[in-house]
Amino acid sequence: MHPVVRTVLQRLGLGLVTLFFVSIIIFSSVELLPGDFARAILGQSATPETVAAFEREIGINRPPVTRYLEWIGQVAHGDFGQSFASRVGYRRTVAEIIEPRFFNTLFLAAMTALIAVPLALALGIAAALYRNSWFDRTVNAVTLTTISFPEFFIAYMLAYIIISRDTFMGTQLAQSMPQWLASSIDWILHAIPKFPTLANVNEQTPFGERVWRSMLPALTLTCVIVAYMMRMTRAALVNLLASPYIEMAQLKGLKARTIMLRHALPNAWAPIVTVIAFNLAYLVVGVVVVEVVFVYPGIGQLMVDAVRSRDIPVVQACALIFAATYILLNLSADIISIVTNPRLLHPR
Amino acid sequence: MTTVEDRQLRTEEAMPKARRTRLSLIWRALRSAPLSAWFGMIVIAGYVFVAVFAPWLAPYGEAQIFPEPYAPWGGQFVLGTDQLGRDMLTRLIYGARNTIGIALVTTLLSFAVGMSLGLLAAISRGWIDQLLSRAVDALMSIPVLIFALMLLSTFGSSVFNLIVIIAVLDSTRVFRLSRAVAMNVVVMDFVEAARLRGEGLGWIMRREILPNVMPPMIAEFGLRFCFVFLLVASLSFLGVGIQPPTADWGSMVRENATLITYGDITPLLPAAAIALLTVAVNFVVDWLLHRTSGLKDEQ
Amino acid sequence: MSNKAASAPREKGAPLLEIRDLRIEGFSDDEWHQIVRGIDITLKRGEVLGLIGESGAGKSTIGLAAMGYAKPGCRISGGSVTFDGIDLIAASEGRRRALRGSRIAYVAQSAAASFNPAHRIIEQTIETQLTHNLDRRDKAEQGAIDLYRRLQLPNPEQIGRRYPHQVSGGQLQRAMTAMAMSCRPDLIIFDEPTTALDVTTQVEVLAAIRNIVDQFQTAAIYITHDLAVVAQMADRIMVLRYGKLVEEAPTRTMLKTPQEDYTRSLWAVRKLGRSDRPNAEPVLVIDNVTASYGGAVKVLENVSVRVPRGRTVAVVGESGSGKSTLARAIVGLLPPTSGQILFDGTPLPPALKQRDKETLRRIQLIYQMPDTALNPRQTVRDVIGRPLEFYRGLGGRERDRKVGELLRLIELDERLIDRLPSELSGGQKQRICIARALAAEPEIIICDEVTSALDQIVQEGILKLLMRLQQEMGVTYLFITHDIATVRAIADEVVVMHRGKVVEQGPKAEVLSPPHPAYTELLLSSVPEMDPDWLTGVLSRRADKGGMRASGN
Repeated sequence: MHPVVRTVLQRLGLGLVTLFFVSIIIFSSVELLPGDFARAILGQSATPETVAAFEREIGINRPPVTRYLEWIGQVAHGDFGQSFASRVGYRRTVAEIIEPRFFNTLFLAAMTALIAVPLALALGIAAALYRNSWFDRTVNAVTLTTISFPEFFIAYMLAYIIISRDTFMGTQLAQSMPQWLASSIDWILHAIPKFPTLANVNEQTPFGERVWRSMLPALTLTCVIVAYMMRMTRAALVNLLASPYIEMAQLKGLKARTIMLRHALPNAWAPIVTVIAFNLAYLVVGVVVVEVVFVYPGIGQLMVDAVRSRDIPVVQACALIFAATYILLNLSADIISIVTNPRLLHPR
Repeated sequence: MTTVEDRQLRTEEAMPKARRTRLSLIWRALRSAPLSAWFGMIVIAGYVFVAVFAPWLAPYGEAQIFPEPYAPWGGQFVLGTDQLGRDMLTRLIYGARNTIGIALVTTLLSFAVGMSLGLLAAISRGWIDQLLSRAVDALMSIPVLIFALMLLSTFGSSVFNLIVIIAVLDSTRVFRLSRAVAMNVVVMDFVEAARLRGEGLGWIMRREILPNVMPPMIAEFGLRFCFVFLLVASLSFLGVGIQPPTADWGSMVRENATLITYGDITPLLPAAAIALLTVAVNFVVDWLLHRTSGLKDEQ
Repeated sequence: MSNKAASAPREKGAPLLEIRDLRIEGFSDDEWHQIVRGIDITLKRGEVLGLIGESGAGKSTIGLAAMGYAKPGCRISGGSVTFDGIDLIAASEGRRRALRGSRIAYVAQSAAASFNPAHRIIEQTIETQLTHNLDRRDKAEQGAIDLYRRLQLPNPEQIGRRYPHQVSGGQLQRAMTAMAMSCRPDLIIFDEPTTALDVTTQVEVLAAIRNIVDQFQTAAIYITHDLAVVAQMADRIMVLRYGKLVEEAPTRTMLKTPQEDYTRSLWAVRKLGRSDRPNAEPVLVIDNVTASYGGAVKVLENVSVRVPRGRTVAVVGESGSGKSTLARAIVGLLPPTSGQILFDGTPLPPALKQRDKETLRRIQLIYQMPDTALNPRQTVRDVIGRPLEFYRGLGGRERDRKVGELLRLIELDERLIDRLPSELSGGQKQRICIARALAAEPEIIICDEVTSALDQIVQEGILKLLMRLQQEMGVTYLFITHDIATVRAIADEVVVMHRGKVVEQGPKAEVLSPPHPAYTELLLSSVPEMDPDWLTGVLSRRADKGGMRASGN
């Protein structure tokens, strides 16, 4: 078998094994529930019969292995069970709660990736090419700063800027500064489109409208991940620039740009792709906070609500989805770095 | 021809480099530190000061409620009051103590666990290493925030749970790095020489490996602290971290977020406090990494 | 093949390169230090100049400066470099770039690192021509194949289609010469092109380089630390030290009548030697040992060696010969799969863990790289004191007194006791390693290439020290090396290894004089000698025999 195929298959196998372990971990979190959990969920007024019925439903008295196999079998068919929160009145399955929200989250992540990845690559390559120039220093300082910001800070700052578009001239700040400065700031603020600060989308929202409403969350996420990706891309390239073959290329009389694109970049794909995947996976996490800030109806917000109300089946389903996305992304990064490695691709 | 200069060169080479004391080395390093690193160190010192002396600095009590919610800036309340009528400045000062304190304890715990396991794996190799590494791989394939949310939902949010859960999750990252760094040290000839001498595992770990692992781990401590600090703040912001009435910056943002809609920047203050500290730590770490990596960028 | 020997004077044309009072500085420890302190070079067309010196002499820096290039962290601070009338230091970067590769080319020390792993060899060979718009692609490719043929690369039509990791080191080094030659430059800088190669491979690469430089009458600067190598290549030699010129002369004059003591010290190890000593009863007997790293490949195969007490046995071989593996088997790091090792008549437990403290104490190992063999965080006191404490229970003042004694024994100042390794020179570090081994009062010391990483003059000092210690203390050495000069200097007995097997062994005089088994013959005849005609002689002798052709690896 060709070594590339073999390695790729190995990685796929490893990914499956990891997924298996993760599902066990997630499942076990129910096992760790304190004994009086049912009462805590149902409230003090619940009768012993209701508690017993609830315990039977989550199956505390059956062996965990059986329940795990049952659960994972259902999950494989897209059935995540019943939501705790929907006992009274009508019953809702976890799957039907999650499905539209999962789509929304994917939409936001994809939109962010489309803006962030090309931007980060271009900035990273430019910073490596013009390293130690004023451009590089500025980008370095700015990204180091944005990396240090909590997501909700960036989110609220953006929201604040949009809001002050209309209120700025009335604030004390504007009145205490010279007229020309205040009016030019006001002019700049008005140049920014008035993105909605609440990203309420639903299934009926048309595509253009959806993009428009998702702009602020997407921009926030972009700020967060561009910094990481750009810095790592630059680091990967600058690291390679110390290699003897780069010096050789310089001594062959090649131009700096040719050296960067033809000699450094092809060898940097593996680390760069890993970084991109890592950050797209990070999106999955960042999305939780940003969704809460902008009240975006995604899976992250759902999970936070479920955690607050201790709706375990929903929490489990969300965690499993997040983890699976995460594993899948890292797996694809692994595979891309394998198939771009000439040593594996062209064995001796 | 042997000139005088040549002879001087020869003695120059024969003389070993002058010995420098540790203190003078540190002073030398500090003197050459860039402005950003100095800024970072001063800011960190300021935060530590505020955190330590919070009860003396704060004008009111941590959970003292005044009958005046959402009071404006100035007058009796320098930065106004929050949604329940508690003084914002007081909450900010106590928040430094709580948020930084919890993040620091968590990071220390995470390093204690992660580093001892990482060194153990690197030295013993074999099945111990395999077992630990695979377990860490599995844990790391669930995003920390998600994992933390899940565990907090089962165990409930308390400061103790928060610290233990985040420390355990974060220690996987510490494990990875300390194992990798230690692996580079373990393959060195001087470790083999110690094994050939017949030294025990404890001695090799303590005397041969640990001193060589420390420098990169110090920079990592700064990074992990930032990460943990942001994570604690995010969880509190989401309402599942530090619980009221304890003052902390993450929940302060959430509780007063509505003010932003009216163009009031008060809720941004705790967020800015978080950002400033992480920026400061990152500046210092950036400088440390630049020094220890030995990677002198091209001129 | 060209019959032009290095002895036949070449036609020398007009001056091609003129360097005047060149000064270069390097940045370290937050300061600029002078690396090159005023060097003058005049090179005529078609002339080969040898630059020789030890590490830190600044020879590579000068070589790069001849291309108007300074490594990152270095700067040209004074003087001029004029190439064919163009001032390279004053010229614009664009102007310099146009000259690099096309008229001045460079061949680096490690071809494996200097070829880009992501592109095929031929792509990189012709890249310069395409960049400088000198040729169309198909013509350039034909030219490259022609060069591969002239450099005696196997399968010249196909080898360019391969990736760098798919061919051997010696072949890559020749491919890099082809790359340098592709634009038919006026000047090539060869920067230690054979240093990373085994001796038997080195001969072929040297022959190929000399041959092609002759054919195209290219001027060259040949940089190396090995005087015997440069003697084969250069018309004229400059000896450098600490960035200054020590001596300059035509090759033959330099070898026959060196003017400076320093020049003579460059072959210091070759002048060492020892008289024959009577044989002695064996202290260590390696009996039919076979070993492998997990898999089926045997790294040692039925190796038997007898080490007499108080004598030095040299194990010599190239990389991959299994000589270092033998050391690992003896100290217990790699338990043999069959056979046994007898120490003082009793079999040694095969694995390290089964050996008691006393056994460990009696066998000590010294490593090749003192940099990695010393813990950078431990002072000299810790390093030498630990075996005293560990094996003999010494502590406090008693231990410090003993450490001081050992430092005097290895000819170092006692005041070094509180130094860290980073505050010592390479030779001093290796002496500390020797002291650490001596502190255990061992019966046998295994020296694994202990002088390979050091400069000649430092090597000489270490070897003399080891010989003196043997005389005074009667310790036995198993000396692993790839360097025949070192073997001549210190060995009583010699073991020649090749691909995990012992090819030949016996007293030094016997092994080093003919008749030889085929491999010993190849190995010994490949070691460059201080004779400008040596390479020509070897090649013609091999051509006569017809057997040992320069081929494959």
